[in-house]
Amino acid sequence: MSVPFFELGAIGDPRTLSVALLIGIAFGWFLERGGLGNARKLAGQFYLNDLTVFKVMFSAIVTAALGVFWLSRFGWLDLSRIVMPPTYLAPQAAGGIVFGIGFLIGGLCPGTSCVAAASGRLDGIALICGMLVGVLAFGELLPLIAGFYNSTPRGELSLDQVLNLSRGVTVFLLVAVALAGFAAAERIEERFGHGAEPQS
Amino acid sequence: MSVAVLEHTAEPRTRAGTARRQPAAYLNPYLAGIGIGLVLLAAFVLVGRGLGASGAFSTAVASGARALDAAHAPGNVFFDDYALAAPWRDWLFVEVVGIAIGGFLSALLAQRSALRIERGPRISKRRRLLFAFMGGSIMGFGAKLARGCTSGLGLTGGALLSAGSWIFVLCAFAAGYAAAPLFRRAWR
Repeated sequence: MSVPFFELGAIGDPRTLSVALLIGIAFGWFLERGGLGNARKLAGQFYLNDLTVFKVMFSAIVTAALGVFWLSRFGWLDLSRIVMPPTYLAPQAAGGIVFGIGFLIGGLCPGTSCVAAASGRLDGIALICGMLVGVLAFGELLPLIAGFYNSTPRGELSLDQVLNLSRGVTVFLLVAVALAGFAAAERIEERFGHGAEPQS
Repeated sequence: MSVAVLEHTAEPRTRAGTARRQPAAYLNPYLAGIGIGLVLLAAFVLVGRGLGASGAFSTAVASGARALDAAHAPGNVFFDDYALAAPWRDWLFVEVVGIAIGGFLSALLAQRSALRIERGPRISKRRRLLFAFMGGSIMGFGAKLARGCTSGLGLTGGALLSAGSWIFVLCAFAAGYAAAPLFRRAWR
């Protein structure tokens, strides 16, 4: 028996939408549990006093990457049926830079802004409004920047292909880098202070 | 390396400046991350796709625009691709609604639910809201340009070893660190 169990259902399929809701609830739950609805905590990543963002993100990535690797290794997960984000080198680098600047200014990302707003934070609501405007601006400007937006496509390029290593070795390296990063993060936090101070 | 399971939290204060109730401590970030990783894995296993967030905003904007004016921006790929008659039947849209619900429930049960503005000690409430709006609009544009955000590219793409996703994450972190000194007064 191979997963995924359901092909991405036709739009509105109740089973897949139920899964969507439950997955989202669990995601939002853990984000809030980890304190990621708190913009001060998130911004702390960039002032080195609170590296929660790094720890949560990379723990999540490594957990899922290991799960995906081993499940597919045992023939229980069909990787070819998983939707992989396509690579566009230039727009994703540029978009990353723009996103990072916005993230630093706003203190929340799209997912965590929902958690922030849902826990009563008005800055979360303001950020969501901003995002809607930014997305709209992009939509309106797309005809002008379509050339750049569609440039440098590389399809489903993956790190193992880029490094010319097996998938297993690549996942292993990812885990190793993450663990080293966690050790460094602990030391950095000890040095520069830990946790978001109370709002005065 | 010793890491406490439950970290001390400094969490909501009322306008009077005193905590109304004692909020629960945050979950250890590594455990929260593992939890999210398992949720991501469950998504892969159950429906063959991962987590996301910014796409739901695209759906909301495009659907709203076309609902207000069906002839808006004809031939514009963004509106054509994302505008739906029934956005509440879109997987990502429903998932993001779930994120809000999950966040709401967790905050409620942890006594972290309160109307407030999260801000640095040296910035006014108005300025903070302005920055949140500004940051959000810049981020919204950046997410569209990159075809995703920290959830769809960072977590999902990252776990799938997508090269473009990792480029996005590295560039986002680098840009954040580069811009940090300019906005120190907003946060510290």
